[in-house]
Amino acid sequence: MEPSPAAVVAEHAAHGRLAFQRDREGRAVWPPRVGGFTWAVSAGRGAVYASTTARPRGEEPYDVSLIDLDEGFRIMSRVVGAPVAIGTRVRAVWQDGLVLFEADPDRSAEVAGPSPR
Amino acid sequence: MSVVIAGAAESDLGQVAPGTTPEDLMAQASLRALAACGLTPADVDGLFAASTQLPWASVSLGQALRTRPRYSDSTQLGGGSALAHLHHARTAIAAGACDVALIAYGSTQRSVGRAAASVQERDLYEAPYRPPLPIAAYALAAARHMHEFGTTPKQLAAVAVSARAWAQGNERAWVREELTVDDVLAAPRVCDPLGVRDCCLVTDGGGALVLMAEERAHALGLTEGVRVLGVAEAHSHRHITAMPSLVHTAASESGARAFAEAGLGVGDVDSAQLYDAFTITPILFLEDLGFCAKGDGGPLAESGALAPGGVLPTNTNGGGLSYQHPGMNGMLMLIEAVRRLREEGDEVALVHGNGGVLSTQCTAILGR
Repeated sequence: MEPSPAAVVAEHAAHGRLAFQRDREGRAVWPPRVGGFTWAVSAGRGAVYASTTARPRGEEPYDVSLIDLDEGFRIMSRVVGAPVAIGTRVRAVWQDGLVLFEADPDRSAEVAGPSPR
Repeated sequence: MSVVIAGAAESDLGQVAPGTTPEDLMAQASLRALAACGLTPADVDGLFAASTQLPWASVSLGQALRTRPRYSDSTQLGGGSALAHLHHARTAIAAGACDVALIAYGSTQRSVGRAAASVQERDLYEAPYRPPLPIAAYALAAARHMHEFGTTPKQLAAVAVSARAWAQGNERAWVREELTVDDVLAAPRVCDPLGVRDCCLVTDGGGALVLMAEERAHALGLTEGVRVLGVAEAHSHRHITAMPSLVHTAASESGARAFAEAGLGVGDVDSAQLYDAFTITPILFLEDLGFCAKGDGGPLAESGALAPGGVLPTNTNGGGLSYQHPGMNGMLMLIEAVRRLREEGDEVALVHGNGGVLSTQCTAILGR
């Protein structure tokens, strides 16, 4: 039996690795799917594509962001630490098996331009 | 074959009588729309319906009306479902699969609560980050639009203010109090940059449309039918992470197909109903349907173009932001377009429905 995409992602995450897939042309794919994709592991660096602060009633506000990884795929995550602008370079930090992001101190001056469609 | 909307009617709206079900509202609107055509449920042989509360919507509609259709369609495309049903019903009639199509919608989301009425289907990989859906997805799109094009909170607010101005002239609107740009900006934030007044209403309600070939309508003596000039659907993703660009929707595809079928362009449109789940959505659709260049939707809204007296009367009953928003608003938008064509002298009315998290896009162009 083929392992489910979710199980492969979880197995990598348990070891602090962000797994993703590539299609036959080598393009990064997310979310993971069944059907002829190959697995790869991200270096965990990218830029904030979009972000919002969610303010549910009776709860502390929290960040919800979409992160464009340098390998060419986008995931939802949370940016921790001080709020960051769209375009800010970020790097992965792991917390209880969940990938979060923080401003990348090595490349904090860089701001990515608009992503191509 | 030319297909017409021969009858259109709303159910009770706002907060409906205690104990009323979504089936009741579908049936109520259906009986009103059929009566307007001099027809009864026995004359219907095609049923089309969707509701977040009724996964078997067209089957539930059949039971409620005691109709035994030969064509049945419960396609779920979210908020634009009624437009998809218009597309499917038009196609089914043209193919001879049914002769009299009934499209219905009903929701009691205000009475039962939105959480109970509309269970969110979460993406496995988004869920751990607890995005409040659907608003977080629209907030992300708004934030990205602001980043790429310089769209401002004031421009977003102009969409809500315009809708309210229309609602003030409509005694059936749920909210009619004065609303200013400053009021919208001062309202509590829900998901930055969107605040409470950037969000559509939560009301009960429903509606129904009766479709048939134009020749059949004329044979029945129905001369007030509204022609379906063009109608199309598209979708690009289910969950927001998979949307290729948060500032380009598949409305560009559905819009282009609908205009091509109608043989018309944006300059021919007398009024528009653009799905306003949140203030960012009409801005995106103005751009993607071609009413302005990409990135110019904010300034267009701010110019007053959408408001009463503007060059493109938009969401003319007050829209989802101020008239009614019973969960999936495509049906009430279509009914408003029919009313514009019959009562306000419009020649061409555009309706654009959106569903999910900018996922599904359906465009209809209706004419007299």
